[in-house]
Amino acid sequence: MDFPMFHLDWLNDRFLIAAVAIIHVMINHGLAVGFIPYITWLEFKGVQRAGREQIADWEWDRLIHNKMKVGFIITTTIGAMTGVGIWFTVALVSPSSIGSLIRVFYWAWFTEWIVFVTEVVLISIYYLSWESANKSLRSKLKHIRFGAFLSIASWITMVIIVSILSFMMDPGNWNTHKSLFNGFTNPIYIPQLFFRTPVAMLMGGVFGMLLTTLFTKKRSTLRIQVVRLGGKWILSWTPIALAGALYYWNAMPEAMKANMSTAVGSMDFAEYYDILKYFIVGATILSVLLAIWAIWKPQKVNVTLVIVPCLLIFGFLGIFERVREFVRKPYVIGGYMYSNLLREEDYALYKKDGILKHATYTSVQEITPENKIEAGKNVFMLTCSRCHTSNGINSIVDVFEKMYGRGKPLDEESMSAYIPNMHQGRTFMPPFPGNKKELEAIVAYIKQLQGTRESLQGAQVEGIKVNPLQNMEQAVKAYGDSVLVSKK
Amino acid sequence: MQVNLLQVSTTPVPRDLPLDLPLPEWLLVTLLIGSFLLHIIFVKLMVGGSIITLWAEIKGLKNRDYDLFAYEIAKTVTVNKSMAVVLGVAPLLSINTLYTIYFYSANALTGLAWFMIIPLVTVAFLLTYLHKYTWRAMASYKYLHISIIALAVMIFLIVPTIFLTNVNLMLFPERWGYIKGFLSALTLPNVLPRYLEFIGACLTVTGIFIVWYNGRKSYQVHLLYETFSRDRLKRLGYYITTVGLGLQVIFGLIVMISLPAKGINFEVIELMVVGGIMLLVAMWFSWKALSADNELKRDRQFWKVLISILFFILVYGGSRQLYREQALHQHRELMAAKTKAFEQMSKKARESPVSDAENLDIDPALGNLAKGSALFKQNCSSCHKEKQRLVGPPIQEMTTIYRDNEKGLKDWIKAPGKKRVDYPQMPGFPQLSEVELTEITKYVLSIK
Repeated sequence: MDFPMFHLDWLNDRFLIAAVAIIHVMINHGLAVGFIPYITWLEFKGVQRAGREQIADWEWDRLIHNKMKVGFIITTTIGAMTGVGIWFTVALVSPSSIGSLIRVFYWAWFTEWIVFVTEVVLISIYYLSWESANKSLRSKLKHIRFGAFLSIASWITMVIIVSILSFMMDPGNWNTHKSLFNGFTNPIYIPQLFFRTPVAMLMGGVFGMLLTTLFTKKRSTLRIQVVRLGGKWILSWTPIALAGALYYWNAMPEAMKANMSTAVGSMDFAEYYDILKYFIVGATILSVLLAIWAIWKPQKVNVTLVIVPCLLIFGFLGIFERVREFVRKPYVIGGYMYSNLLREEDYALYKKDGILKHATYTSVQEITPENKIEAGKNVFMLTCSRCHTSNGINSIVDVFEKMYGRGKPLDEESMSAYIPNMHQGRTFMPPFPGNKKELEAIVAYIKQLQGTRESLQGAQVEGIKVNPLQNMEQAVKAYGDSVLVSKK
Repeated sequence: MQVNLLQVSTTPVPRDLPLDLPLPEWLLVTLLIGSFLLHIIFVKLMVGGSIITLWAEIKGLKNRDYDLFAYEIAKTVTVNKSMAVVLGVAPLLSINTLYTIYFYSANALTGLAWFMIIPLVTVAFLLTYLHKYTWRAMASYKYLHISIIALAVMIFLIVPTIFLTNVNLMLFPERWGYIKGFLSALTLPNVLPRYLEFIGACLTVTGIFIVWYNGRKSYQVHLLYETFSRDRLKRLGYYITTVGLGLQVIFGLIVMISLPAKGINFEVIELMVVGGIMLLVAMWFSWKALSADNELKRDRQFWKVLISILFFILVYGGSRQLYREQALHQHRELMAAKTKAFEQMSKKARESPVSDAENLDIDPALGNLAKGSALFKQNCSSCHKEKQRLVGPPIQEMTTIYRDNEKGLKDWIKAPGKKRVDYPQMPGFPQLSEVELTEITKYVLSIK
C-alpha cells in the first residue's frame, strides 16, 4: 500500500526470498554450525594420531585444512552474501513486514549482528592461522581450542536467530508483548533448536565426507581412516537428529492450530506435513546406511555414493523450512499483518472505503465501467501479488482453473462468490480486503487475464503512478497547517 | 511551506509504519553513521585494494617485485571484503529502521539492480579467492590470471553505483513518479560526481593502509621482495593516497556544486567546507611525505595524513546525514501527520464495522430457509451449485446421500474426508457454529 510494489511476474516474489534464504540456511547449518565442530574434532584426531616425536599427522592435517578451506571460502562468499541477500529480497518483496519487524526486533538483530561479526573474525583467524599454528604442539592445541570456541559462537548465532524465527510463528504475541523474550519462550523454540542443532551436525558430517572423497586418492589409507571417522560422526548424530525432527514435527501442528484464525489445518498443510514424514524416515535411513557403510566398508565409499545422501539431507532441511513458512499463513506477522502486507486492524476501514482510495500508488481511485479492468489490475497488485503471479509460478489464473476446470472459461459469478469467502475454506488465505466494486474489478481482471495472458510488471520496470488522493498537494492541504503549528 | 507547485501532484506522501522507533532517533542516527563509516572503510579497502592489485599485477609483467606486491595486497583484499560485508549489516538495519519508507521505496524502484548486488558481489568475492589461490598455479598464464582480477574489479566498480543511486533516490520522493528502473535513477543529479569522489576515496584509504601494512615491524619486507625496500613500499602507498586525494578534491567540489538545493542549508555547507579543508590538509601532508628525502621524515607524516583523512570521513558522513535530514524534513513531518490521521480513521472504522449481518444476503421470500440459503451462498456456493458439478458435486447429490442423516452432513462439513477420486478434497469448515450448520443443512436438504 505505502511502498512501490516490486513484482516478479514469472518467478514469483516469494520464490526469490525462498531461494536466497534456503541457500543461506543450508550453508549456515551445513558449512558453519555443523561443519566447524566436525573439522575441529578431526584436527584434534590428527594430533592424537601423531607419534610422540611429531605434533600432528601432517598428511591428515593437510586434508582437514583443505576441507576447512572449502568451508571458509563458501561461508565467506555465498554464505555471507545470501545472509545479506535475505535482507535485500525481503525488503523488496515484503517491505511493510520486515520494516515492522526491524522496528521491534532492532536489538535482537543488533545482537545477532555483533555475534555474526565475531563469528566472521573468528572463522578468519581460525582458518588463516592454521599453518602458523603448526609450529609447536602448544600452538596447535591452542588452535584446536580456538576451533571449539568458534563452534560455540556459531551455535549461538543459531540460538538467537531461531528465537526470531519462532517469534514470527507465534500466534498473537505481536499484539500483546512485542518482545524478543517471547521468541525464546514460545512453544516452538526448543523443538526448533533441538531439531536444527543435530541436523546441522549431520549435514556438516555428510558434506565433510563428500570433501574427503574429493580430496583423497581412492583406497588410500588416509581416505579409509577419515571416512570411517566421518561415519562415526554421522552415526552418533543421526539418532539425535531423528529425535529432534520428531519432536519438532509433533510440536508444529500446535503452533499451526493456534496461528490459524480458524483453528484447523488445511489440506495443503496436511499434504506438506505428510511428505515431511517420508523425508524424516528417508533421511534417517539414508544417514544410517551411509554411516554404517562408511564404518564397515570405507574403501568402497566414493564421491557418487556420498553426493546423493548429501543432496537429500540438505533437501530434508529445505522442506522443513518450507513447512515452517507455511505455518505462518495467512499471516506474515501472527495476528497483526496478513501475508498481503495489510494489517488486520485496517480491514474494517478498507471494507468501508475500498483499498484503492487508501493506496499510495495506484492508477485508479474511483472505479467506473471504463476503468474496471485497470482497477482490477491495481487491486491484484495491491492484494494478491505478494504470493500470486499473473501467469508464472502460483499464477492466479492457474489456481482458479485448478478449482473450476482446466481450459474452461472462468465464471465471474462463481469467482465473485468465492473470493470474499475463500479464507473460510482455505484458511491459509487472508480475507479479501476490498469492497464490492473492487471485488468485481479484480474478478473482471482475472477473467481477462485468462484470455490475454498478459503479464503484470512491477514498479522496478513500470515505475509508479501516484494516487492523487495521496499526493503532496492533498497532504499539505490536510496537514500542512498542523505541522507548522506543532513546530512552534 | 516551500513546495514546488509543479511537483506537488506527483509527489507521493505515503503513510509510515505505525510503530515507534526502537530507540531515540539521535541514538539510531549515531549508530547509523558510526557503523556505516566502519563499513565503508573496509569497502574502500576492498575496492581500492583490488584496483591496486590489478594495476600492480600488470606492472608486475615487467617488474617481478610489483607482482609480489600485487600478491601481498590481494591477500588483504579477501580479508577486508569479509569485514566489509558483515559490517554492512548494521548500517543497513539502521537505515531501514530510520528511513523505512524512503529506503525501501528506492529499493523497489531500482529493484532488479538492487537485487543483482547479491549475485554480483558473490561472484566478485569468488573471483578474488580464485585469483589469490591460483597465483602460483597460473604463473605461466599471466594474462588469464590478470583477467580474473580485472573482472572482479569491474564488478566492484559497478556495485557502488547501485548503492549510491539508492541512497540518492531515497531523498527525492518528488522524483519517484518519474523513475522507470535503475538506469533512470542513475542519471539523477549528484550520483555520478559522488561516485567518482568515492573511487578517489578508495585509493586514498588503500594508499594509507599500504603505508601502515608495510610499516609493521613484524612484516618482513626483505624476505618477500627482491629489490623493493620498506621505504619504497611506503612511498608507493603515499603516492596512491595523493592521487586518491586529488580525485577527491576535484570531484568533491563538483559534488558540492551539483548538490540539489532541496537539502542545503548553512550548516551543511559549513560542514562540507570543513571537510574540503581537511582533504586539502591531508593532501598537503601526503605530498610532504611523498617528497621527503628519507624514511624518517616520511614516517613523521603518517599520523597527520591518517588523522586528517579519518576526520574528513567523519565530517563528510556528518554532512551527508545533515543533508538527508534537511532534504526529507518536511516530507517526514507530513508523513507522520498523515500516519496519525490514518490510524484514527482506521480505529473509527474498527469501532463501527460494516456488520456481518449486512453481508448475509437474506432473501425474505425464502422464509425459514433464508438464513441457511444466505450462509450457503457465503460459504459453499463458490464450489457447489444446485444441479451441476462446479468444484464439488451439486446439491442434489448431497440430498440423496444425506436425506435422513443430518448429523452425517454436519460432521462432513466440519471435517470432510476424501470420497471421490476425480474431485479435489473439500476443506473443513469447523468455524461454523452449530446453529449455522443446522441452518445450512436445513437448506441443503430442502433442495429436491
